[in-house]
Amino acid sequence: MTSQTSAGYEKYYVPEKSRLAACATIGLILSIFGAANIMNDMTFGDPGQETSSWTIFTLGILFFLATLFSWFRVTIKENIAGMNSAQLKKSYVLGMFWFIFSEVMFFFTFFGALFFVRNLVGPWLAGEGEGGRMNGLLWEGFTFSWPMMQTPQEAVGGAGAQLMANNGSFTSAHTSMSFRDAHSWWAWLPLWNTIILLSSSFTCHIAHMGILSGNRKKFNLWLAITVLLGLAFVYLQAVEYHEAYVEFGLTLNAGIYGSTFFMLTGFHGFHVMMGATMLLIQLLRSVLGGQFTADDHFGFEASSWYWHFVDVVWVFLFLFVYIL
Amino acid sequence: MGDHHHGPAKGLSRWLFTTNHKDIGTMYLWFSFSMFMLGGTFAMIIRAELFQPGLQLVEPAFFNQMTTLHGLIMVFGAIMPSFVGLANWLIPMMIGAPDMALPRMNNWSFWILPPTFLLLASTLFMEGGAPAAGWTFYAPLSTTYAAPSVTFFIFSVHVLGLSSIMGSINIIATVMNMRAPGMTYMKMPLFVWTWLITAFLLVAVMPVLAGAVTMMLMDVHFGTSFFSAAGGGDPVLFQHVFWFFGHPEVYIIILPAFGVVSQIIPAFSRKPLFGYDSMVYATASIAFLSFIVWAHHMYTVGMPVAGELFFMYATMLIAVPTGVKVFNWVTTMWRGSLSFETPMLFCIGFLVLFTIGGFTGLMLAIAPSDFQYHDTYFVVAHFHYVMVAGAVFSMSAAIYFWLPKWCGRMYNETMGKTHFWISFIGFNLAFFPQHFVGLAGMPRRIPDYALQFTDFNMMSSIGAFIYGLSQVLFLYNVIATIVAGKPVSDPKVWDGAEGLEWTIPTPAPYHTFETPPKIDPAHAHS
Repeated sequence: MTSQTSAGYEKYYVPEKSRLAACATIGLILSIFGAANIMNDMTFGDPGQETSSWTIFTLGILFFLATLFSWFRVTIKENIAGMNSAQLKKSYVLGMFWFIFSEVMFFFTFFGALFFVRNLVGPWLAGEGEGGRMNGLLWEGFTFSWPMMQTPQEAVGGAGAQLMANNGSFTSAHTSMSFRDAHSWWAWLPLWNTIILLSSSFTCHIAHMGILSGNRKKFNLWLAITVLLGLAFVYLQAVEYHEAYVEFGLTLNAGIYGSTFFMLTGFHGFHVMMGATMLLIQLLRSVLGGQFTADDHFGFEASSWYWHFVDVVWVFLFLFVYIL
Repeated sequence: MGDHHHGPAKGLSRWLFTTNHKDIGTMYLWFSFSMFMLGGTFAMIIRAELFQPGLQLVEPAFFNQMTTLHGLIMVFGAIMPSFVGLANWLIPMMIGAPDMALPRMNNWSFWILPPTFLLLASTLFMEGGAPAAGWTFYAPLSTTYAAPSVTFFIFSVHVLGLSSIMGSINIIATVMNMRAPGMTYMKMPLFVWTWLITAFLLVAVMPVLAGAVTMMLMDVHFGTSFFSAAGGGDPVLFQHVFWFFGHPEVYIIILPAFGVVSQIIPAFSRKPLFGYDSMVYATASIAFLSFIVWAHHMYTVGMPVAGELFFMYATMLIAVPTGVKVFNWVTTMWRGSLSFETPMLFCIGFLVLFTIGGFTGLMLAIAPSDFQYHDTYFVVAHFHYVMVAGAVFSMSAAIYFWLPKWCGRMYNETMGKTHFWISFIGFNLAFFPQHFVGLAGMPRRIPDYALQFTDFNMMSSIGAFIYGLSQVLFLYNVIATIVAGKPVSDPKVWDGAEGLEWTIPTPAPYHTFETPPKIDPAHAHS
């Protein structure tokens, strides 16, 4: 159905008008409006008051997901109908590549915050630079170590005793997630998570080799294993969070160590869930719909790039959050 | 899915559901102009309050909300979307593409904006008022001491970032993938080059801004201590993250303006752009340098001397590629057959005033001097010379230059020139005196000031009102042109204009270049 011009040039398919963008906008705006209201209820609202924030948020996110579903469905149908020229496919490749680049920059921000805190903020609070004035005047007795097991606030004797404006009380964990605090290497979950996630990158690659050689059975099998490994990772991460909160006292309130720990691992975990969902959808497309061929499987390819990206982020996390 | 040609649909659905780059460009331009008017109204309130010392019209808390929203709306609602609108209209026509690479996503990038800005503006009516921590929303003002509306602000920034990232990915994919055969990178019009580089900057730094506001969100609602020293964090961390985004952001605003000027000056000089290659390299150098100069916004925050020196020298280095650009524009005009239609007037205004803004930027780059200038009206004067006389003047030039191509009607030249001269006079009256009060120590973002600053502030306010009024004239001229301007049909509306967009009929048909045009190999970039 691709139209050819007299010059033999394959036309670039420009879709007709579409409701997708308008629907996605409605879903997105309802979601953020609801989410903002939920958080404001929580922090600033009356505890007993009934609000419709959750309803708005739920409706918004469902509408948004439904729109995304039909958006991808339309795109897949167009591809199956042969409307996508090689040039259009390259646009999708570029789109996915630069999207992943933007995700890299997002994680870069939190890693940057971690390095800044560990190398500059902590030592300064503990008296390095400016002749130690910051430590002597404001946070006397604070010494810096990482993982930070005593916040500057605790060092001066609690929120009531600090000279700086009080913006919350921060209670450190008594045990960190670092390797040095682990009972034994085999009971240390991050190691198992690393093994799981790294092997999932390999299984994902084997699945890719499967579809490239036209072996659908191999593709389905190894893709399913990849998704399961992803889910296992998320499960262990949940166990780890439970351990952190219940046994280690490591919470979001535990000062900057807890803040950076949960921000980095939390967003990574969220991305693992997104990546696993993407791969699961590709698996369903193959198993239920018989889609993908040896030379046309971009939906899978894009998801696999995303998966490898999430994996690489984990390697850095393992190194800088758990080991060093 | 046929081959038959479609004109635009009728009614509202044309705009809501469109995938056409011209429709989307038009929507971006009208939206950004309405935001320009809204942000301008806030500026008028600020200037009215500052007309005299003492508190006349508004409460200090409301004044803070006005400076905050004025900055946010002008940066994210007016200037950025206006250049995205221009990119939508022009990039496919300039590189010989049938449309943008990802048309449905293109529509989504636009439609995120209006409801988000509605949400942001509605915070004015919320309990506790709108965000009031300045457009740079430094912690802890924006976290510990913020009104509940900060949550809406944070989520607004998230989705604006989403819109910018999708828009930029679209531009990158279009430029990298959709150029007509023979349109090599070094043959692309400079506007396309500047936008390609701008899009890289956006994809790189909008996620960083998202990260910054996410950390704010966590600090406000979930008990983290990123920006609180009591928990081992640091408010200065916010400034580093913000300006790691914020400095590239100012180039995101100005690079497309450079592109516009690089299209228009050659057209009215009837000469090719001088030093095309060096323009491309200079743009790329500016973009690279923009990532390693961010801390020049925070010299007074207590950085180590080594840091101050590094950021000082790196910042001054930017003057080199920027100087290359200014000299190239001047040299393009040298011995050209010049004529001074409205777009050219705005470009020359840009050239003179942007250069002044560049020089004050150099003054601010000098760390020891900046200890005196920091957070004074000198800074306000500096960035309005580059934002208004830079970005907005070039935007006005762009509208006058391409509007006849878009709608097939010529604007009223006398009215255009009047708009330019009133803008030029109003702008300078508003912002030139601010250099003096700033150097004398008048702080920014304060609704009251010492008596000796009164005269200059009165001049400033009168100038601001004049500049504001001149935009109403602009609006009238644009509408009058679209509705009843003198029809033009020559593909080449301006005799000196070069480039693919001047080879298609005037007004530009709804769909252009459904098959790629032949690029004359002898015909280099315009």
